[in-house]
Amino acid sequence: MIAIIDYEAGNICSVKNALKRLGAVYELTADPAVIRAADKVILPGVGNAAEAMASLEKTGLTGLIKSLRQPVLGICVGLQLMCRSSEEGPVGCLSLFDCRVRRFPEQPGAKVPHMGWNGIGNLDSKLFKEVPEGSYVYFVHSYCPDLCPDTIATCRHGDVLFSAALRWENFYGTQFHPEKSGGVGAQILQNFLAL
Amino acid sequence: MVAKRIIPCLDVKNGQVVKGINFEGLREVGDAVEMGVRYARDGADELVYLDISATREGRGTFAALVEQIALGIDIPFTVGGGIGSLDDAARLLDAGADKISVNSAALARPQLIGEIARKYGSQFVVLAIDAKEVDGRWLCTTHGGTRFTERELFDWAREGQERGAGEILFTSMDHDGTRAGYACELYARLDSLLSIPVIASGGAGSVQDIVDVLTRGRASAALAASIFHFGEIPVPQLKSALAAAGVPVRL
Repeated sequence: MIAIIDYEAGNICSVKNALKRLGAVYELTADPAVIRAADKVILPGVGNAAEAMASLEKTGLTGLIKSLRQPVLGICVGLQLMCRSSEEGPVGCLSLFDCRVRRFPEQPGAKVPHMGWNGIGNLDSKLFKEVPEGSYVYFVHSYCPDLCPDTIATCRHGDVLFSAALRWENFYGTQFHPEKSGGVGAQILQNFLAL
Repeated sequence: MVAKRIIPCLDVKNGQVVKGINFEGLREVGDAVEMGVRYARDGADELVYLDISATREGRGTFAALVEQIALGIDIPFTVGGGIGSLDDAARLLDAGADKISVNSAALARPQLIGEIARKYGSQFVVLAIDAKEVDGRWLCTTHGGTRFTERELFDWAREGQERGAGEILFTSMDHDGTRAGYACELYARLDSLLSIPVIASGGAGSVQDIVDVLTRGRASAALAASIFHFGEIPVPQLKSALAAAGVPVRL
């Protein structure tokens, strides 16, 4: 069973639909016992990182999340909450990944938000099994995680090279939306489910 | 580098994709979910579904359809047509839409853009603008280009961005249906005025038209309907041709 952490962080329809398409059994929950017992845990997130962090803290689940031993996947703002901090606020986060999240600088020809399909490279994780270098995935964000030792995929927007995905121990995160990234995204989710 | 996007647009009435044919009225061209699934598989980068039902019953059908679309396709999609309030937007978000587009209602009450953007984020709000040239000025229209407003295209697009729209979808009513190419100069000017992405719509008749609007017109995305629905330009063939012309696309 996949536990999707319920902390009212925006629309999670697409995550649920993607799991349905893959035939996975999931539950949207804020129940610590259910989360602890799940095979896999997904931390979704859309919108403002500081507000999302405040909502997550309100559930009282932050300590539990950090103590999980099964594979955990943060998506978009979910990933950002697993970093040290975000400039959006600014706000201190869970410090699972050893990097900070910064706003994209103004650059000619590189619009912010970074929205649409972009290629990912330097793929270095089982999460990207059978995903070719340079595959396109779907991004929507104005803040991005730095490169760091936990980086398992990179992406370039204008002159900025940032972490498209991160991993530390059993914790994984994608800045892009695998649930909206066509066949490549489905493969990545499938790989996560198979960890 | 972010890829330029190709967006088939599907006009929906009572669950069916329809297309207006000159002098013939509406023709059904297929099932909305099946067509979306096929376009997604063929490499379309996004889809736009517009509800053209005129009745309350039709609107209810559309929300149920959006749930089916959301379950069936694994690429982002925008829904529009008759969205007049935050509640309308909320209903479509709950049904699984990734973005909504507002048009006439935003012209009548511009605050609507900010209300939706503050609640659900700018990435959720596409401002659709239908404009026509009158005496050298591009005026925004409603009701499929039949009613003029006093709003001027470039001012309205900029105001939309300031109010929180995440993208501008501009249709030149003078080019729409002509198949003679997009209004490239207007898109290039919008691109230089705005920091948010611009989606070009209206006038696609050939691969070259799409190359032009994505290069000379500097649009972030090209939207079209007939050329895709009637199989004249299959999406995979278009993508290969764009790549060959040096346009960054997702293959």
